[in-house]
Amino acid sequence: MPRIVRKRELVPKIHELVVEAPRVAAKALPGHFVIVMADEPGERIPLTVADFDRAAGTITLVLMVVGTSSDKLSRMAEGDDLYALIGPLGRESEIEDVGTAVMVAGGVGTAPIFPIARGMREFGNGVISIQGARSKELLFWDEKLAAVSDTHIITTDDGSAGRKALVTEPLVELLQADAENKDTPKQIGCVYAIGPAVMMRACAEATRPFGVKTVVSLNTIMVDGTGMCGGCRVQVGDETLFTCVDGPEFDGHLVDWSPVLARQKVYCQQEKCSLDRYVEERGQA
Amino acid sequence: MSDSKEKSKKPKRPKPGTIPRTPMPEQDPVARGKNFDEVPLGYTPEQAKKEADRCLECKKPACVKGCPVNVNIAKFIGLVRQEKFAEAARAVKETNALPAVCGRVCPQETQCEEKCILGKKFEPVAIGRLERFVADYERENDLVELPEKAPACGRRVAIVGSGPAGLTVAGDLVLLGYEVTVFEAFHKPGGVLMYGIPEFRLPKDIVEKEVNYIERLGVELDMNQVVGKSITVDELFGEEGYDAVFVGVGAGLPVFLGLEGEDLGGVYSASEYLTRSNLMKAYRFPEYDTPVVDGKQVTVIGGGNVAMDSARVALRLGAESVTIVYRRSRDELPARGEEIHHAEQEGIIFKLLTNPVGFDGDERGMVRAMRCIRMELGEPDDSGRRRPVPVPDSEFSIETDLAILAIGSGANPLLTKSTPGLNLNRWGYIDCDGRGRSNRPGLWAGGDIVTGSATVIEAMGAGRIAARDIHEYLSANGEGSWREDSE
Ligand SMILES: Cc1cc2nc3c(=O)[nH]c(=O)nc-3n(C[C@H](O)[C@H](O)[C@H](O)COP(=O)(O)OP(=O)(O)OC[C@H]3O[C@@H](n4cnc5c(N)ncnc54)[C@H](O)[C@@H]3O)c2cc1C
Ligand SMILES: Cc1cc2nc3c(=O)[nH]c(=O)nc-3n(C[C@H](O)[C@H](O)[C@H](O)COP(=O)(O)OP(=O)(O)OC[C@H]3O[C@@H](n4cnc5c(N)ncnc54)[C@H](O)[C@@H]3O)c2cc1C
Ligand code: SF4
Ligand code: SF4
Ligand code: FES
Repeated sequence: MPRIVRKRELVPKIHELVVEAPRVAAKALPGHFVIVMADEPGERIPLTVADFDRAAGTITLVLMVVGTSSDKLSRMAEGDDLYALIGPLGRESEIEDVGTAVMVAGGVGTAPIFPIARGMREFGNGVISIQGARSKELLFWDEKLAAVSDTHIITTDDGSAGRKALVTEPLVELLQADAENKDTPKQIGCVYAIGPAVMMRACAEATRPFGVKTVVSLNTIMVDGTGMCGGCRVQVGDETLFTCVDGPEFDGHLVDWSPVLARQKVYCQQEKCSLDRYVEERGQA
Repeated sequence: MSDSKEKSKKPKRPKPGTIPRTPMPEQDPVARGKNFDEVPLGYTPEQAKKEADRCLECKKPACVKGCPVNVNIAKFIGLVRQEKFAEAARAVKETNALPAVCGRVCPQETQCEEKCILGKKFEPVAIGRLERFVADYERENDLVELPEKAPACGRRVAIVGSGPAGLTVAGDLVLLGYEVTVFEAFHKPGGVLMYGIPEFRLPKDIVEKEVNYIERLGVELDMNQVVGKSITVDELFGEEGYDAVFVGVGAGLPVFLGLEGEDLGGVYSASEYLTRSNLMKAYRFPEYDTPVVDGKQVTVIGGGNVAMDSARVALRLGAESVTIVYRRSRDELPARGEEIHHAEQEGIIFKLLTNPVGFDGDERGMVRAMRCIRMELGEPDDSGRRRPVPVPDSEFSIETDLAILAIGSGANPLLTKSTPGLNLNRWGYIDCDGRGRSNRPGLWAGGDIVTGSATVIEAMGAGRIAARDIHEYLSANGEGSWREDSE
C-alpha cells in the first residue's frame, strides 16, 4: 500500500505529500504523473510526480484543493495508505540541449515545473524561471525552484511579492531582449509553461510571434491514464491525441485550446453536488 | 443441502420435443429500467431439472464442439437431472474456471446451443442457463471446494492483465504447481467483466467471488501495475526472474470516428462511459465520487454488445429516450440475441441503416445534436455482409445531450510498444501461433490482444491452450525450437 510518510500544508489549500512508492520512484522522470485514489469510492485523479527520491523509494506530490477528491486527499494523515497509486504515467519531458530554457509556472504549476527545470539545469542548459502567484501567501517552493535556476523571477497579481504582473510580461520581455540581440545567436531555445489552462494558452500566444518552441502540460480530466478510455483526448495540430499516453506535454502552439477549456467544465454541476454532499457529511462548512 | 444419494438412478427422460424450453424468470422490463439489479433471475432447482430433462445426453454431443473450452455438457446436465447440482458445477469447472460468468454472458446461440442436436428440430437445450444455475447453486450454498494442487515446481509465471484470459492461465498454472502473479493496471481485477459488462448483466460481487476463488488457489494479484510503465516485460524476465510471461491485456483502445464535434462534452467512447458507470460506480454518484454525464436524449452509435450495454446503462441512469444508431440492418446487429431482445423490451429505440456524420454543440461546448445520414445495403464486402452505402441527400439531425461511440476497439500499444522485438500483425495485435506463443521465447499471449475483440469464453479458451503449452515448455526445460515459423 502506498503510505503517506510526510505531509504538510505549504500554503493555504496546497499540500505536499511524500508517498512511499518504490517502483514509481525508481522509474519517475520529469514530466511523469501518477493516478491516485484516496479510498474505494474515490475518483482516480492525476497528479504530477513533483519530486522523487530513488534511494528512499518515495515520491512527492503537491496537491491543490479544488474539489471533493483533492479535499479528501488533503485530509489524509501521515501514516495513512492511499487506496491506489498508479504510475509513473505519461511521456517524460524532452530534456535536451536547448541553450536557455524559460520555465513559466502559474500557481500549483510550480510543482510540475520544478523537476523539469532541475533536469534542464543538470543537462547543462541555462534556466530562467518565472513563478507567478495571486499573492505572496500563495507562493511555495520558490527557494527550491530558485536553487535550480540561473534567474528566478516572481510575479504576483497584487504585487505583494516580486513584480506586480502576469507571468506573460517578463516572458515577453525576455524573448524580446533575446530577439533584439542580433549579434549573438538566440539564447532561449524553449519555453515551458505549466499552470491553469488559460495561463498556458496566454503563454503560448505570447511566444508564438517569436517562434520559440513552447511546451505546455495539459490537465485534462482522466480516468484510466493508460490510453484506454479516450476521455483525455485533445486536438494537437490535425491529430487527436490522448493526454495520458501521448502527453501530458504538447506543443502549445498546436493545441486547440477551446475544447480543452470546455471539457474541463463538463462535470461542473456534478462536482458541485459532490462537494456539497461531502462538506455536509463532514459536518462543517 | 448435499446432493442425495438415492436419486443416483437416472430418472426416465421424456420424449424429445414434448417439453418446451424452460423460460428464464426475469425482472419486469419497466421496473428494471430504473435499477441496476440483474435482469434474468435464474432458474429454480425445479426449473433447472425440468430443462435438464430435455437434454438427450448424446453419446457424441455436438454441443461440446460449439464450446470454445469444450465444457462436458452432457455430463453436467446429466448430473443436474440427478439433482447433483454441486457435482454438476464441478464437472463444468473441469474445463471452465468461471461458469457463473459464462452462463450469463456467453453468446450461446452461436456457440454451444447452436450445435445442440435438439435444436435441429426443436429449441436447443438452455445450456447457458443451466451452467449459470449450477455455478450459482454451488456458490450460494457454500459448496465450493478447492481442487487439489500439484506440488510446487519452483517455476514462476507472470500474467499481465486480469481479464478472463489471464485469470484462466493463472488458475490452470497454479494448480500445476507454479508460482503465479497477475499484474493488473486497474485497481480491481476482472478486466472487461469488471469495467465493461454492467452490473445488471453480470453482478460485480459474482466476478469478485470468482476472482477470489482463483486467489484462494494461491494466485497472487499485483494490482495498479501498468506493465510497460510501472514495470516492463523485459524486467519481468530479468530482475523479477519469471520463467514465462503471459500477456492478456485485452483490446483496450477506444475507436473514434474523427467526426466534426467529437470533442464536445457529452460525447464519450463506450469504454469511458462504461468504465465510469461500472468500475467507478458512477451510477451510485455522489456516494461514489466519479461522475458521468446524465443525458436525457441519449444516442448510442454501434450495434454490438457494447452498444446494447451502453444504451441500457444510460436508460438506468435516467434517460428519457435512448436511440441506437447502426449503419446496417437488424439482421447484422452483432450483439447477443438476448441483449437485443432485452434492449427492445426496455424501450430502446433502434435507428437502423443510419450513420453519424457530425455533432453540434451548444455555447457551453456540450453536445446538442447528432447529424446523421441514411444508409442502404449495397454489394457484399470482405466480411460477406452487404456493405452499407450512404443515401445521397438524406441527412437529418437527432437531438441528443449524450452520445456514446460503441464502434469497436483496437489494440492498445502501451505494452507492445514497450516490449522490443515483439511481432505484431498489421492491426497492432500480438502475432501468435496456435499455442499462444509470440515470436519472443518465453512470451505467450491470448485473448482480445491476439484476436481483437471476441468473447469471454474465447479468451478463456486461448488462456487454457497457453497454460497447457507453458507447462509443456517449462517441463521440458525450454528444449526444442521455440516457434518454427518465426525463427
Ligand atoms: C497530467 C496531470 C497532472 C496534474 N498534476 C496536478 C498536480 O500536480 N497537482 C494538482 O493539484 N493538480 C494536478 N492536476 C489536476 C488534478 O488532477 C485535478 O485538480 C483534480 O483531479 C481535481 O479533482 P477534485 O475532485 O478535487 O475536483 P473536481 O471537483 O472534480 O473539479 C474541480 C476542477 O478540477 C478539474 N478536474 C476535475 N477532475 C479532473 C481530473 N480527473 N483530471 C484533471 N482535472 C480535473 C476540473 O476542471 C474542475 O473544474 C493534474 C492533472 C493532470 C491531467
Ligand atoms: C461492454 C462489453 C460487453 C461485452 N459483452 C460480452 C458478452 O456478453 N459476452 C461475451 O462473451 N463477451 C463480451 N464482451 C467481450 C469480452 O468481454 C472480451 O472478449 C473479453 O473480456 C476479453 O478478455 P481478455 O482477457 O482478453 O481481456 P480483458 O477482459 O480486456 O482484460 C484485460 C485486462 O488487462 C488489463 N491491462 C491492460 N493493459 C495492461 C497493462 N499494460 N498492464 C497491466 N494490465 C493491463 C486491463 O485493465 C484488463 O483488466 C464484451 C466486451 C465489452 C467491452
Ligand atoms: S462456456 Fe459458454 S459456450 Fe461453453 S458451454 Fe458454457 S455457455 Fe456454452
Ligand atoms: S447436443 Fe443438446 S441434447 Fe445433445 S448433449 Fe448437447 S445439449 Fe444435450
Ligand atoms: S485517461 Fe483514459 S485514455 Fe487517457
